[in-house]
Amino acid sequence: MRLAARLRSVASVLFHRARMEGDMDDELRAHIQSRADDLERSGLPRAEAQRRARMEFGGYQKFKEECHEALGAHFFDTLLKDMRYALRILRGSPGFSILVVLCLTLGIGANAAVFSWIEGLLLRPFPAVAHQERMVAITGTAPSEPRTDMSWPDFVDLQRNCKLLDALITDKIMGASLSIGGRADRATGSIVSANYFDALGVRPILGRGFEPDENTGRNAHPVAVISYQMWQNTFKGDPQIIGKMQRFNKVEHTIIGVAPKGFYGTFVGWAIQFWVPVSMEQTFEGGPYALDDRGARWIEGFAMLKPGVTRQQAQAEISSVAATLASTYPEVDRGHGVILLPLWLTPFNKAGELRPTLSIMLAVVIFVLLIACANVGNLLLVRFFARRHEMMVRLALGAARGRLVRQLLTEGLILAAFGAVGGLLVAHWCRYALVFFFPRTGTVPYLPGEIDWRVLALSIGVCVLATVLFGLVPAIEASRIDLAAALKSEMGGLVTGQHRSWLRTSLVLVQVSLSFVLLVGAALLLQSLQKMRNQSPGFSTKGVLIASIDLFGSGYDAPRALNFQKQLVARVEMLPGVQSAAFAGFVPLGLIPPTSAPIVVDGYVPPLNEEPVVDYSQVGPGYFATTGVTLVSGRDFTPADNDTAALVAVVNEPMAARFWHGKNPIGQRLQVGDHWVRVVGVAKVSKYYSVSEAPRPFFYMPLLQNPTGRVSVLNVRTSLSPQAMALLLAREMTALDSGLAHNAVISMQEQLDRSTSAQKAAVGLLGVLGGLALVLATVGLYSVVAYSVSQSRREFGLRMALGADSANLLWHVMSRAFVLTIGGVVAGGIACFALARFAAGLLYQVSPHDPVAFGSALAIMIFASMAGCFFPAWRASHTDPMVALRYE
Amino acid sequence: MPNASPQAQLLPGTLDLLILKAVSLGPLHGYGILLRIEQISRRALLIEQGALYPALFRLLRQGLLKANWGVSDNNRRAKFYELTRAGRKRLREEAAGWNRLVAAIASALGAQPEEI
Repeated sequence: MRLAARLRSVASVLFHRARMEGDMDDELRAHIQSRADDLERSGLPRAEAQRRARMEFGGYQKFKEECHEALGAHFFDTLLKDMRYALRILRGSPGFSILVVLCLTLGIGANAAVFSWIEGLLLRPFPAVAHQERMVAITGTAPSEPRTDMSWPDFVDLQRNCKLLDALITDKIMGASLSIGGRADRATGSIVSANYFDALGVRPILGRGFEPDENTGRNAHPVAVISYQMWQNTFKGDPQIIGKMQRFNKVEHTIIGVAPKGFYGTFVGWAIQFWVPVSMEQTFEGGPYALDDRGARWIEGFAMLKPGVTRQQAQAEISSVAATLASTYPEVDRGHGVILLPLWLTPFNKAGELRPTLSIMLAVVIFVLLIACANVGNLLLVRFFARRHEMMVRLALGAARGRLVRQLLTEGLILAAFGAVGGLLVAHWCRYALVFFFPRTGTVPYLPGEIDWRVLALSIGVCVLATVLFGLVPAIEASRIDLAAALKSEMGGLVTGQHRSWLRTSLVLVQVSLSFVLLVGAALLLQSLQKMRNQSPGFSTKGVLIASIDLFGSGYDAPRALNFQKQLVARVEMLPGVQSAAFAGFVPLGLIPPTSAPIVVDGYVPPLNEEPVVDYSQVGPGYFATTGVTLVSGRDFTPADNDTAALVAVVNEPMAARFWHGKNPIGQRLQVGDHWVRVVGVAKVSKYYSVSEAPRPFFYMPLLQNPTGRVSVLNVRTSLSPQAMALLLAREMTALDSGLAHNAVISMQEQLDRSTSAQKAAVGLLGVLGGLALVLATVGLYSVVAYSVSQSRREFGLRMALGADSANLLWHVMSRAFVLTIGGVVAGGIACFALARFAAGLLYQVSPHDPVAFGSALAIMIFASMAGCFFPAWRASHTDPMVALRYE
Repeated sequence: MPNASPQAQLLPGTLDLLILKAVSLGPLHGYGILLRIEQISRRALLIEQGALYPALFRLLRQGLLKANWGVSDNNRRAKFYELTRAGRKRLREEAAGWNRLVAAIASALGAQPEEI
């Protein structure tokens, strides 16, 4: 309806305009005819009377135009005329126009792309959700940790008692094995509360969502909703899919629904392929049944605020409910709280990893835009000087200065509009490009950009700002033309108004300095990345391969799993080229966190309010020899450390230092959970969670004595390649159990590289944008040098005539460009020092004032600028004095 | 247009005043306004005929005149202009202002050395 009304109003304006035009013609013609009638009556022949009447009336078109102007219809007419004129002018110099539009396309495109990523990943990551503006992330807090997951009983109590929330939803990502025909595959799924689809306002396109009773009963509701993609890819869009059975983690599930196209779940970074209700938690999470256990914290989730309720109000309410829970169930909930966070601060998905990268990107693209604007400003200015003559003639003929300024702004606006369209196209093509900066792992992360009206509005805002920034420069110049002086100087052929060259020079200085800052930033991040990758992580990166094997998901219980592991290790160790193999419950720098346990140490009295909790991993015999984690003293685990032998452990050096105060811990006792174990070895510290972490306490227990752990990782010391090992491993595993999914085999180096993927992505993005900035700045320098050379032909001609040789002139021009570059570098260097404190947090073992980074940035900058101005300088040095002097 | 008597150029702004005056004597179409001005100014003023229309549209837009289509005495479709209330008020003010200006200028130009 609203569209129809708008169309009507546009039509009436157009119609009205046409009618007005007709009326005006009628009226003016009636006047001329009446006059002609009078003249005819006074005795003139009709033809002569007509001629006289038209003559006496004066310029018909001119008066008609003035009538339009008097009626106020003038603005759009002028705008149209200006635009037509501007288009003609811009078509007249295609090289200039294309260069300007290209600069703007890159500048605005880079901005729009980053805006779309921020929108699609941080601010509004779930476009298919009906009211994501009311959606907040919910997470637990604890005194000793920054955040915890939540337990189902607590979750249910919170949901029941919070009146300001429409809904509280569980959303726990998990990986599952998927059997299709005889083939086993992996899929990404999510364990959700039954209200999930209703609360989000996402309606399955086939079948139904979950029902409230599907929240309860131990593994009682093997039902699943699958994603549109899984429906299309795995089930070929089968219209009879509802009611069909599918095995997830070896359990037959009934497919009850298909989610709509465009709904990828609610986990930033991954596209979820299927959903199961919380009652199936044990099937996918393993371990003991968690739904009755208030102490079992495994839930991640979101809350939907009631309309009109702020996050702060909801927080106040939920905090008081959480406090009640803590006092009602002190043995498990004491000290535990709940916080609500805006989506962009969600702590449990990829948003956290992407946030710092995207904020650097935002700063960087604004730099790139400024550089692009400076470039365009410079190009426009140069062109303006070339067109000064035209402007002066128009002024001399009586054009208003306002009209000239308007004309120039219209030209700027048209260029900016082309740039904006180009930029949005670039952003559209780059929507999914963020993924390319992250290394390929088993499953490709899903990192979509979102171009909605906010991104469009912001990009258009940026574009208008850019127009004002660069379009105004020549416009101000135009309004300042001193007609008399300009005409005089034009006739004398002298150029160089002081402030003009000053303006151009400062634009180039800004460009060079901003590019220099970006280059230094890229160099610093690159060095950080190299430091991270080249330092020793405490385990061998060469000659060690890993493969994670999900026995639990394939229906194994603990004794069967242990038996399988033993047999597989024996078979793998028999393979040619394999030195040793060992299972572990944990892989360093991986997505599976180590187990942690409260410990008690003989002779160590913890300070008040401290319950020491230390991470540990269950590892198989020969683990240390296989992975290359160095034992400082004591021994590796052996097959004899089994469930019948005395319990033992290996601690790392920071743990020994902290709990035994430097005394040798070997032979000392340590209580883990309920059991006392004896320390038999001390290992060197290695990296556990991330390469940039500080040394932390950690210990190891024999896998044979603690056969828990959901996924186990096979470590193999071998000279074989990962591909060769994958084939051999698949063969050996199939020999033992043909129903197991075959997992990828990767080297430890690969594991290390993957763990620094966010840094690598940042370096990659900054490298691309830094390169872009460098190219833009070089173009800017080139255009300024080229212009000043073209304006100084006479000077060069004179110099040559007076005996300067080409080398002199080349040096003359190049040295000026060199001084300009150095000036920009100095300004950029000062900016770098000012920005250093922001960068320090992003760097790893690299000083923000690192001389190598500054040196390489300087070298690149000088090389680029010298390359950029060599051609115009060379042309200057080959000026033919006769031609130059005659031309002027 | 007969050129018997010497004619004066219009001062800027005075055309509007003349139009208002002409129309105040009864509704008129454009050509009629021109003839009326010639008549009441005793053909002493030179008006470029086309220039009348931008002035008419300007006055319409300011709400000082209103216009209706009708038929002229020689049976042509023509647009007739008449004063609005605002137009009448403006005419009074402008006429008074103009008379004051004329009186002041006349007295200034008529000044004799002994009066100073």
